Amino acid sequence: MTRITVKVDGSSFTDEVEPRTLLVLYLREQLGKTGTVVGCDTGNCGACTVHLDGRSVKSCSLLAVQADGHEITTIEGLATNGELHPMQQAFHENHALQCGYCTPGMIMQSIDLIADNPNPSEDDIRLGLEGNLCRCTGYQNIVKAVQAAAAAPQPSAAGGAQ
Amino acid sequence: MTATEERPAAEIGASRRRKEDARLITGRTRWTDNIVLPGLQHIAMVRSPFAHARITSIDTEAAKASTGVVAVITGADIADEQGALPNAWAVIPDQKAPVHLSMAVDHVAFAGEIVAMVVARTAAEANDAADLVDVDYEELEPALELKAAARDEVIAHPDLGTNVSAVWSYDSAESGTGGDVEAAIAAARDGGIVIEQEFRQQRLIPAFMEPRSIVVDPTTEQMTVWSSTQVPHFVKIFIALVLGIPESKIRVIAPDVGGGFGGKLQFTPEEVLTVIAARRTGKPCKYTESRSESLMAAHHGRDQWQQLTLAANADGTVTGLKVELIADMGAYLGLVTSAIPLLGAFMYNGIYKFPAYHLGITNVFTNKTWTDAYRGAGRPEATYAIERLMDELAARVGVDALEIRERNWIKHEEFPFSTVSGLRYDSGNYEAATAKARELFGYDDLRAEQRKRRESGDPVQLGIGVSTFTEMCGLAPSRWLGSMGYVGGGWEHAAVRMLPTGKVEVVTGTSPHGQGHETAWSQLVADRLGVAFEDVEVLHGDTQVAVRGLDTYGSRSLAVGGMAVLAAADKVIEKAKPIAAQLLEANADDLDFSGGRYGVRGTDAGMTMAELAFAVFQGHKLDGSAEGCLDADATLDPDDFSFPHGTHLCAVEVDTETGASKIRSYVCVDDVGVVVNPMIVEGQVHGGLAQGIAQALYEEAVHDDSGTLVTGSFDQYTLPGAPDLPSFEAARTETPATTNQLGVKGVGEAGTIASTPAVVNAIVDALRPLGVTDVPMPCTPYRVWTAIQEGSRS
Repeated sequence: MTRITVKVDGSSFTDEVEPRTLLVLYLREQLGKTGTVVGCDTGNCGACTVHLDGRSVKSCSLLAVQADGHEITTIEGLATNGELHPMQQAFHENHALQCGYCTPGMIMQSIDLIADNPNPSEDDIRLGLEGNLCRCTGYQNIVKAVQAAAAAPQPSAAGGAQ
Repeated sequence: MTATEERPAAEIGASRRRKEDARLITGRTRWTDNIVLPGLQHIAMVRSPFAHARITSIDTEAAKASTGVVAVITGADIADEQGALPNAWAVIPDQKAPVHLSMAVDHVAFAGEIVAMVVARTAAEANDAADLVDVDYEELEPALELKAAARDEVIAHPDLGTNVSAVWSYDSAESGTGGDVEAAIAAARDGGIVIEQEFRQQRLIPAFMEPRSIVVDPTTEQMTVWSSTQVPHFVKIFIALVLGIPESKIRVIAPDVGGGFGGKLQFTPEEVLTVIAARRTGKPCKYTESRSESLMAAHHGRDQWQQLTLAANADGTVTGLKVELIADMGAYLGLVTSAIPLLGAFMYNGIYKFPAYHLGITNVFTNKTWTDAYRGAGRPEATYAIERLMDELAARVGVDALEIRERNWIKHEEFPFSTVSGLRYDSGNYEAATAKARELFGYDDLRAEQRKRRESGDPVQLGIGVSTFTEMCGLAPSRWLGSMGYVGGGWEHAAVRMLPTGKVEVVTGTSPHGQGHETAWSQLVADRLGVAFEDVEVLHGDTQVAVRGLDTYGSRSLAVGGMAVLAAADKVIEKAKPIAAQLLEANADDLDFSGGRYGVRGTDAGMTMAELAFAVFQGHKLDGSAEGCLDADATLDPDDFSFPHGTHLCAVEVDTETGASKIRSYVCVDDVGVVVNPMIVEGQVHGGLAQGIAQALYEEAVHDDSGTLVTGSFDQYTLPGAPDLPSFEAARTETPATTNQLGVKGVGEAGTIASTPAVVNAIVDALRPLGVTDVPMPCTPYRVWTAIQEGSRS
């Protein structure tokens, strides 16, 4: 077992983890951050996407020990004081989700996308979301949501961790 | 105490943002795999790596000794306990099927079949120990190629003696719904047109985003089963029937369910085995599949060969269609595996009024993952066949693809129309949908551009694909299902309860997994009862709450389940009338119900539903002559199907040098009748289009020569990503259905059914001058390029 200290959605945690534990399983099973989900076992689907020090990562493709000393934001840490993050609001307003399983990863990746490129074209958005699969929406309303969020005033920090 | 005041004039037709979203966008979700219970144990399955083998021995000693392991269970251990999995649809009385065990005992028939399970303290410990289960197999030759399997060249189940499960046919001459197709073909060979073509409906994987998961708590009064399923009510009944547990001792909950597309319309081995593990150990157990397991072992879809003969007069008037199809059941029959081809059987005539039709179906076993419902289920296959053939016919006659359809379709003034396959289409307006699509698409301009590119020999050719479709939705009238050999019914149930504070609880027997029923049903009830949208709470997916129901599939939820909700709401309004009369000291005949209020005609006196609900709660002023309760249940069995239709137009640019296809524009005009929530409807269309386009261009489940699934991860089974799809222009016409009180039809499957032939027609249209008349699906660049090479040689 290895001792790690991480800050997740604004709270600090020190835990013993097996070295083989994936970050996503640490978040879900040890911290109860079940908003972040597992959709595949090959890193293709992106459902598990979170932010590590403000940048999107697929939490199935990192070990928990690699997050030692870092700050993580999950879908559960985005809203501040009950106020939805503009990207969450945009997904709601634009019907960018149906079953909602890909949605946490899709929102986290979309936030990273517009942080990189504040005025993305439709093609930029589609390419920027290439690593996140959705089976319900055909992506069109997701693209619309990202465009809408890009046009909305951005919060100074994404949730609790920056 | 008071209900919310504001409400729009009409909820039905409003693009209400979804109630479901609040938890889904914040991660406060209730996926089955999120559930943790005290003492929860975890299950790992051991699966056969061979497509066809005999199990000669299983050594579980090392696994049992592994840390954290509570039990290792083999098929032999539970041979007397596990029962057999059900098939609910005998398409013929003497349908043949192998016994379908949840866990194989001595014979495995597909790669991925479960041969043992490990129950352990953690999932990691269960998986570690599963690797230590030592299974010896004697490999047998697998039956893999569908046509060879139909000829019994290799037998998938030696005990069965044949691979043929059932042979079923429909003939319009025999059924009295039309003429003799052989005569039509013979006549067409003499001066008319006969088109003979074979299509392959490749094997697909539903690939819902949430892998299946089951949690069973055996310690509760009713054993509680959480499952990521479309059909919690089915699961409850089948646990009872298969495992001999009294139905009254079972509670099934489908919490948040992450997509289904037919793939979770199943009663699964994993459900049975998780119940067995929990029952044997007396502790809660969880099984969550990995994506690799899901792709390998959750049921697949499609997989048919279609042999088609279309007869027409020289002017392109279709005179008959003959279909012979072979359908791959895979290794076993699931719930409705055997009936998937049947659900397409009545749709091969599409929107057309030709006079003769024959269909023969041969259901065949192979040593591959069992197939069953996948979005559209039989109807995409049928629509693909007829819509591809109509394009070929247009080419033979030398007229435009839209023109050939107009010559053959049912005109709007001809409804209701009895089809050659024996259905009664109640309504439709193909002219209106097509005219609108044509305009939005810029059809004539695109045809002009196509001509230019052909004339200039542009290496990038433009193709225009047409698909005019209809489908049968609203599954289904129980009498029809019974006549077709299905064991269940097709009704739906709902309850509506006025609460003392003016809020409303609605219980539905449908089981949404992304469709937005909480929102749409709230709109239905808000409109009907005259209460605020926000005051309605829709409950579903828990058999203790939604005690009766037949769940969600087959574009049935609104047309059947939603109408049951309205029927229950109407009963509440009726029950309120004598109560209002009493409290208002008026004659019931003098009361009018409008805007959520019973008013005394000609006066200002009246009471709202909220006021009546509180008065009923108090009961102080009721004289006992009417039941003091504003709750009602309703069960609704539809009179007939509904028939959505639409015109889809697709422009594809094909690079003739590389074979790469790119969708340039896609316009669809769907007529799904009256629309409750246009935003949700459009979303359903988008997602349906994506899956239909995926069949045309991207997806195929591929097995190698040994029967191993090659496309066993999302690396190889390539769902389209955002860059692989265009933006769609989705519009509507609205011709109300006459088979239900609101005029709705259903939309869940429309996009998937219509889009596949639209895309392939466009690719073939682009390449027709190069001698190409077909490209097998999925139309990968290599296949398109190969078709071009073959076309130019011919």
